[in-house]
Amino acid sequence: MNPFKGRALPRMTRRRVVASAAVLVIVAALVTWAALPERHSWTATDQRITVRSGPSGTEPVDLDTRFYLPKDRDGKVPAVLLAHGFGGTKDSVDDDAESLADRGYAVLTWTARGFGASGGEIHLDSPDYEVKDAQRLLDWLAARPEVRTDAAGDPRVGVVGGSYGGALALLLAGQDPRVDAIVPLITWNDLGKSFFPQSADGVTAPGVFKKSWAGLFFGNGSSSPVGGPPRAQGDPACGRFAADVCAAYLKMATTGAPDAATTALLRRSSPDTALARIKAPTLLIQGAVDTLFPLSEADANARGIAAAGTPVRVAWFTGGHDGGQGPQTDQDRTKFLTAQWLDHYVKGEGAAPENSFTYSRVAGFSALDRGLVTNGYSDPAYPGLAGSGRTEVTVSGPAQPIANPPNGNPGALSSLPGVGSQLSSLIGGVAGDLGGQHATFESAPLTTAAEVVGAPTVRLRVASPTGSATVFVKLYDADPNGTATLSGGLIAPVRLTGLPKDIAAAQPVTVTLPAIVRRIDAGHTVRVVVATSDQAFLTPADPAVYTVAVEPAVTLPTVVGTPIANPQVVWRWVLLGVLAAIILGVVAVLLVRRRREAPPVAEFADTPLVVRGLRKAYGDGFVAVEQVDFRVERGQVVGLLGSNGAGKTTTLRVLMGLTMPTSGDALVFGRRLTPGAPILSRVGALVEGPGFLPHLSGYENLRAYWQATGRPEADARFEEALEIAGLGDSVHRRTKNYSHGMRQRLAIAQAMLGLPELLVLDEPTDGLDPPQIAEMRRVLRRYATDGRAVLVSSHLLAEVEQTCTHAVVVNKGRIVAAGPVSDIVGESPSVQLSVSDVSAATSVLETLNVRGVKQDGASDLIVDMNGTPREEVVASLVRAGVGVDRVVPRRRLEDAFLALVGDNSRGSGDR
Amino acid sequence: MSSAATGYRPSATLPIRAEIRRQASRRRTQLALGFMVLLPLIVLLAFEFGGGNDDDNGGGAFSSLVDLATSGGLNFALFAIFVSAGFLLVVVVALFCGDTVASEASWGSLRYLLAIPVPRARLLAVKLVVALAYSLTALLTLAGTALLVGTLRYGWHPLGSTVAAEIPAGQGVLRLLAILGYLAVTLLGVAGLAFLLSVLTDAALGAVGGAVLLWILSSILDQITALGSVRNFLPTHYSDAWLGLLSTPMQTDDVVKGAISAVCYATLFWSLAFYRFTRKDVTS
Repeated sequence: MNPFKGRALPRMTRRRVVASAAVLVIVAALVTWAALPERHSWTATDQRITVRSGPSGTEPVDLDTRFYLPKDRDGKVPAVLLAHGFGGTKDSVDDDAESLADRGYAVLTWTARGFGASGGEIHLDSPDYEVKDAQRLLDWLAARPEVRTDAAGDPRVGVVGGSYGGALALLLAGQDPRVDAIVPLITWNDLGKSFFPQSADGVTAPGVFKKSWAGLFFGNGSSSPVGGPPRAQGDPACGRFAADVCAAYLKMATTGAPDAATTALLRRSSPDTALARIKAPTLLIQGAVDTLFPLSEADANARGIAAAGTPVRVAWFTGGHDGGQGPQTDQDRTKFLTAQWLDHYVKGEGAAPENSFTYSRVAGFSALDRGLVTNGYSDPAYPGLAGSGRTEVTVSGPAQPIANPPNGNPGALSSLPGVGSQLSSLIGGVAGDLGGQHATFESAPLTTAAEVVGAPTVRLRVASPTGSATVFVKLYDADPNGTATLSGGLIAPVRLTGLPKDIAAAQPVTVTLPAIVRRIDAGHTVRVVVATSDQAFLTPADPAVYTVAVEPAVTLPTVVGTPIANPQVVWRWVLLGVLAAIILGVVAVLLVRRRREAPPVAEFADTPLVVRGLRKAYGDGFVAVEQVDFRVERGQVVGLLGSNGAGKTTTLRVLMGLTMPTSGDALVFGRRLTPGAPILSRVGALVEGPGFLPHLSGYENLRAYWQATGRPEADARFEEALEIAGLGDSVHRRTKNYSHGMRQRLAIAQAMLGLPELLVLDEPTDGLDPPQIAEMRRVLRRYATDGRAVLVSSHLLAEVEQTCTHAVVVNKGRIVAAGPVSDIVGESPSVQLSVSDVSAATSVLETLNVRGVKQDGASDLIVDMNGTPREEVVASLVRAGVGVDRVVPRRRLEDAFLALVGDNSRGSGDR
Repeated sequence: MSSAATGYRPSATLPIRAEIRRQASRRRTQLALGFMVLLPLIVLLAFEFGGGNDDDNGGGAFSSLVDLATSGGLNFALFAIFVSAGFLLVVVVALFCGDTVASEASWGSLRYLLAIPVPRARLLAVKLVVALAYSLTALLTLAGTALLVGTLRYGWHPLGSTVAAEIPAGQGVLRLLAILGYLAVTLLGVAGLAFLLSVLTDAALGAVGGAVLLWILSSILDQITALGSVRNFLPTHYSDAWLGLLSTPMQTDDVVKGAISAVCYATLFWSLAFYRFTRKDVTS
């Protein structure tokens, strides 16, 4: 139906070119953005620094270092010594180093002795080795011209490190007063207590050997240098550990109990010994999901440093050796705290950080990255592990016998050391207790929620036939459905000796459980479980059956922190801003677009249609209408006559406001026709065939159409329209079942709804049978009688001749004839002669006073009579012996039509 | 004095009521809305006859939404939303918004509406409002039916969730409404895309299918983590953020970002649609 489709292709192509170009530019920009090297705000230099350390300070060791310097520095810059964790290298702290360098610090990272490409052996943060190495690095920093110094040889420096690096920071700050601030993360206070934890208060004997973590720790240090050749010499059992460290490990892993030498060695590597000497303000960051160095380690460090009068601040996050870096909000918070601490105490910028204690609690799962989401809280001061408040919960349960499995096998599972940041599984709990190996003591459902922040305590009584017992105490949060969760996979190992055989004689011992951050909701129960085995610990090899009882009172330390404003809240304001901007934009567009209707051209205010100089060129340069001028007066039925593609349909489209003319205009009662012009409401139209909703009946279609006009129903004149359609009962059938003719009649009826003053019909008789055509002619004639007008387009000459009062002939986008049909149809000066001998006739005719003799077919001639009477011509021909078969007078319209259309109708193309 | 025919006012053309009726009588509309009623019933039947061998397909923390589905009417409704949010609702919204203008163009009735004349911007606005209303109706029908049949079959219980404590039924209804609200907002993106395509093409199928295809493409790209932060700008990136509304307290950060993303995309697409439609030559 659409004659423009074929021509639309080049136009589309041009648009495609623009679109493709846009896509290309975007892709190119993305590729460039991805491929271009990032522009760093710092430079990094790798170099090997040889330092002298050891007890005598003379043993050389070669350290693999990297020095970051901010590019844009104003004079000398403060420095940060950034230490890595156990098993890492200088590369493992790349990201932190870069972000610190970005903040304007000179950052020195190095691979600790015994790791990576550095030389030497692992002495476990020994004050004689690793700590002295770091002191020599401070010397090196002080000698750098770029680094700010407090005095000769005293650089302005902060020390930051996690785990192994954190302990180094503490030990270094205790050993070297040049350190200006430290930020130790997830590190230990006492290595002996970390590997032999003992949760029973007042028991000084070493606790239970944390075998899985110790094994991981040791295994990490035994491996060959990364990328280097396998080590040829040395003890395969010790790897890169120093001999004394190796011997200590082998001994403690074998016996499960440290001897004096081991104890001394672990003590030497513990910051606990250095705390009293630390003068550098300390920010301690510890993870709540850490079964290796739990929150109690940071607590001990904090207390020790605070006792020396040094500023110390504590922050907890949801992560650690088990939990990894934690959720993004926690990473952002710890990063911010670190930067704030260093900026104030090292760089000397910004106000003194407040002393508030911040922590985070798991709030749920993020739906997008399937990770945990935490909410941050703060409390004005660090409350320690006992909380700022306490909630007593009563648990009940009889004394229960539990069996210690031989060699700890099978063993219960509470955590997965070394698996890394499987935070969700830890929070969800991998915990599983084994039947016969655990005793359960449960509370009634809590009436109010408890915000547990700190270390809960229980009182435990144990009886053992051997006099000693190793048990693990766990505190579960059990929801009403029975799902129990062990916060962080943390458990309290207890090793007791001197126990009675009978539980009745057993004295209660207070067990301090690992500190946790958890909200135990109302309706949940607190479940205390005492178990005999755990896969992470070394338990007694011999089987035994203990009897355990837990005193009813369980103390839960609580802190009601203030929620930390979530930086993401800013997005809410962004959302509001976006919405406000959209509303403003819509209002602005509405105000700008509100246009008053232009006044009518007075001259044509009473003329149904005036088309002036209409021209339509499409985007691809195709000119559908060159120049069309005509008028339709009241009472006229005007035929727009032209072959297919003459430009009729384009003209009518402009009349319907579907297409904007390139130039010129069409005026209806003096008003310009533009898309949506209100004057269109006085025009009824059928253009390019009917368009109906196929699922509605003919009648419903007319109703739906009229409803869409929003005009009063009484104005529609449905009865008259239906009569014109003449569909009978079929009017209630769905239009998709209509024949072409039925649709055509319905479409004409629709165009006549409301009796518009100008009716525009495109090929109205298309698909109608002869009686219907005759009827339609009468209808159209009658329609135009009382001041209305009709414009009919057709490519059929007879159609126009019989229906119209006036005709306009278009060809190739131009008007070629216009006027009353009677004028156009009136006799033409030419006749068509059918003769027996064309050549003879032609020579006869040449002698007569006629013009333009043209042959038309085998025996026909078309002759312009030039005033010569027809009978004279016939007589002349007959006299000359030429037989005249027919003499047909031709009409003007036909002449015009044929002269313009018949010759070359193909070349006009689709219009 | 207006030049228009008596009774004609541009602002009265194509009343919303008329457009609702135009669409309501279509088989497409009836089938889509009918399916929203049917789906919960089918799911219910599947649960009834499906047997008890639930093999855990390891969908992470939210796989248990399936396990919880039969624990009450609220959970059943939540499950119905969960299974349909990713694709079914996208198709339904694309259907309502992508078909509305393109189908009129393909029937040829669009030019007669424009010749009434219904102002072009008004035509688009009415079509859009009605398409969005139908989309919302579909969403609410689905949730409402699921809530009703779920409650009749499994009872009125608190909203269970494995990522947080049980949510009391009253509050659970509010959570459900919040989830529906968020889904409605995120679906604005697909509504915008489908509507734009509807204006650009005369083929209704092309508009609906094109919108769904582009949506799927966006979802696929979103799975490729290597794209990094580019993914944050994909229109489908935040489509699962409503799951955060189930935890206690509610995780609304991603919801807010998702709303910003959807509103921006929808505004962009609709602006383009209006810009194009008010200027183009209607040739169909």
